[in-house]
Amino acid sequence: MNRRRFLTLLGTAGVSTAMSAVGAKQAVAAGNQSFKGYKDSYGVLHDTTRCIGCRKCEQGCNEVNKLPAPKVKFDDLTVLEKSRRTDANNWTVVNKYNVAGLEHPVFRKQQCNHCLEPACASACFVKAFTKNPDGSVTYDGSLCVGCRYCMVACPFNVPAFQYDEPFDPLIQKCTMCHPRLQEGKLPGCVEACPKEALTFGKREDLVRIARDRIRSNPGRYQDHIYGELEMGGTAWMYVSGAPFEAVGQQEMGTKSAPEYTAGALGSVPMVVGIWPVLLTGAYAISKRKEKVAAEEREEAVQAALAKAKADAETAMNSALAKAAKEKDAAVTREVKKAIEQAEQAFEEKFAALRAEGQDTPPDAGGEGKEDA
Amino acid sequence: MHDANTKNGLFTPGNIITAIILAVGAVITFIRFTQGIGAVTNLSDNNPWGIWIGFDLLCGVALAAGGYVTSASCYLFGMKRYHSAVRPAITTAFLGYFFVVVALHYDLGHPLRLPYPLVYSQGTTSLLFEVGLCVATYLTVLFVEWSPAALEWLGLRKIRNVVVKLTLMLTIFGVVLSTLHQSSLGALFLIAPGKLHPLWYSSFLPVFFFISSMVAGLSMVIFEGTLAHAGLHHKMDETHLKEAEGVVFGFGKAASFVLAGYFFIKTMDIAMDNDWAYLATGYGAWFLVEMFGFVALPSFLYALGVRERNMTLVRVASIFAVLGIVVNRFNVSLIAFNWNLPAADRYFPHWMEIGVSVFIVTLIITVYRFIATRMPVLYEHPEYKDAH
Repeated sequence: MNRRRFLTLLGTAGVSTAMSAVGAKQAVAAGNQSFKGYKDSYGVLHDTTRCIGCRKCEQGCNEVNKLPAPKVKFDDLTVLEKSRRTDANNWTVVNKYNVAGLEHPVFRKQQCNHCLEPACASACFVKAFTKNPDGSVTYDGSLCVGCRYCMVACPFNVPAFQYDEPFDPLIQKCTMCHPRLQEGKLPGCVEACPKEALTFGKREDLVRIARDRIRSNPGRYQDHIYGELEMGGTAWMYVSGAPFEAVGQQEMGTKSAPEYTAGALGSVPMVVGIWPVLLTGAYAISKRKEKVAAEEREEAVQAALAKAKADAETAMNSALAKAAKEKDAAVTREVKKAIEQAEQAFEEKFAALRAEGQDTPPDAGGEGKEDA
Repeated sequence: MHDANTKNGLFTPGNIITAIILAVGAVITFIRFTQGIGAVTNLSDNNPWGIWIGFDLLCGVALAAGGYVTSASCYLFGMKRYHSAVRPAITTAFLGYFFVVVALHYDLGHPLRLPYPLVYSQGTTSLLFEVGLCVATYLTVLFVEWSPAALEWLGLRKIRNVVVKLTLMLTIFGVVLSTLHQSSLGALFLIAPGKLHPLWYSSFLPVFFFISSMVAGLSMVIFEGTLAHAGLHHKMDETHLKEAEGVVFGFGKAASFVLAGYFFIKTMDIAMDNDWAYLATGYGAWFLVEMFGFVALPSFLYALGVRERNMTLVRVASIFAVLGIVVNRFNVSLIAFNWNLPAADRYFPHWMEIGVSVFIVTLIITVYRFIATRMPVLYEHPEYKDAH
């Protein structure tokens, strides 16, 4: 199963990044291949145009699988009036459908369809389900945690749970009689069917038989084999006279279950790989911002200090200059004052001398200057 | 609780209600583990998952997202002003995850085999394996992230200092693991396209769950803050009280934006899948209630509350956002799941299922009160100030 193998590898890649060389080779091979089921695996073709709703298959299943005796006997057909599904004690059930436009009811048997790529196996987180090379999907109850995710995942609502079992509740479902196939026997239901509504064989042959029946009986069948491609293909397939929707088989699409989850699983290692890088980056950016902010703050403080210092110096210098200038001015003023006083004194003296006589020397002003 | 006890004795109304819930829970627990899951639930073969998954697991994990959201914004994105919100958020996240795991034991058929996927048989193709692995690892990470509170309380300085040095690495681990399992909880439903209503089914379910977990985380920090202020105000130190307003408005603003983005991508998804026609149906009406009542409305209320600096409005918005997460997780896991089954086959929880969920929530609150009244969660330990 290359794709499953591939997904397994993707899943584990998130846990351990080491990929073995063999694993890597298979993973590459899965890129352009699709899994179409085990070669020569078995299946069953259910022809609902042949089914008469006798419930013999239910009885056969019950007997070969040693399931608890039913509350209502298998030959009581009144149970068909109510729609039923498989449960823990009934691994297969037949339902009756009244289809518009047909005068007779249609009966359809329900059981595990044994998908080629089973949703239950893909969903199980302990690998309790195995797709066997004979086509059957089997379950190992000793691994089961009882999470019931297989029941959520199954598109056909097949797995059932033992809700009333307190200590060892397990999933119950059809095994396609895997143990009997091992012994070379037919599945219990197929063996019990009196109308050959169930044909057991290799799946590839069954597809051919189904096509043949549709081709050689014009008007009897819908031109579709339900299960050939549904959910990636199933081991059990159906041909029907009534539209499949009318007998409770909804349209499924052809994608197998793992294809719906591969993208999400594949992104796990991506997140594991890139998130730490981005987050460390975010951390580094915020750290760097803090550092730059701190540096800028420091620079601003330094600049402010330098400016304050410069300002103070300028103020000091200008104050000094002013003081010097004032001093000069004061000296000049004093000198001027002294000269004025001296001149005045000289004038007064001169006037007095003139008044007294003509004998005073002319350099008296020079003397006055020296006094100042 | 401690103070109330010394004043009024043990028989306060709160304590009596707590005791009744715990007693009923104990009885249901006994029935569950002796009579089986069927005895206490309405689960069936068609409805294998009920509120123990829809509420306890999906809502529990989403609403515990406050841990990674707060620690990432504080330690990775450098928003130091939210530092006082980290410890309460980590504490609630740790308790949230711890009790998610406790609650899971009720739902599992073989609870004792819970470690099987990790140690015994690894089903690596399962999204549930990824959820289990990440939740187990993240619970461990949360325990280590939370442990300084206990270590300071116990006075184990040396170990505490070693753990605090791991903060950055643990925070990155926390975000990686949360991204993975929050999204994987949504991815669980990718495998069932036929069962989930097209309005909710999308290949982007993991993205929706992850983005909305951010809303849940941001809103729960605000919502829990409201509750803590009502009951444990006296335990908060000055820093916590001073920063509380900033946390409410900062987280409210972020939540408003994330909700708007979430609304946008959800709308794009409807367009991409061309699901418009479904809007005219009953499920469509319910989808519109979710989108407008629990996404657009809280986004608007948050924006308005932050703009007007209206604390009450932001807190009302957080209640709508938290309810919105519950509505969304219920829709994906229960209400819109199995939408095409006839009404008779649909699920409605048994009262004992609700009883267990109430029991678990009560346990979380009780343990939170025990921790917050004793350990330095809402205040900084005087001996370790500035140390972290």
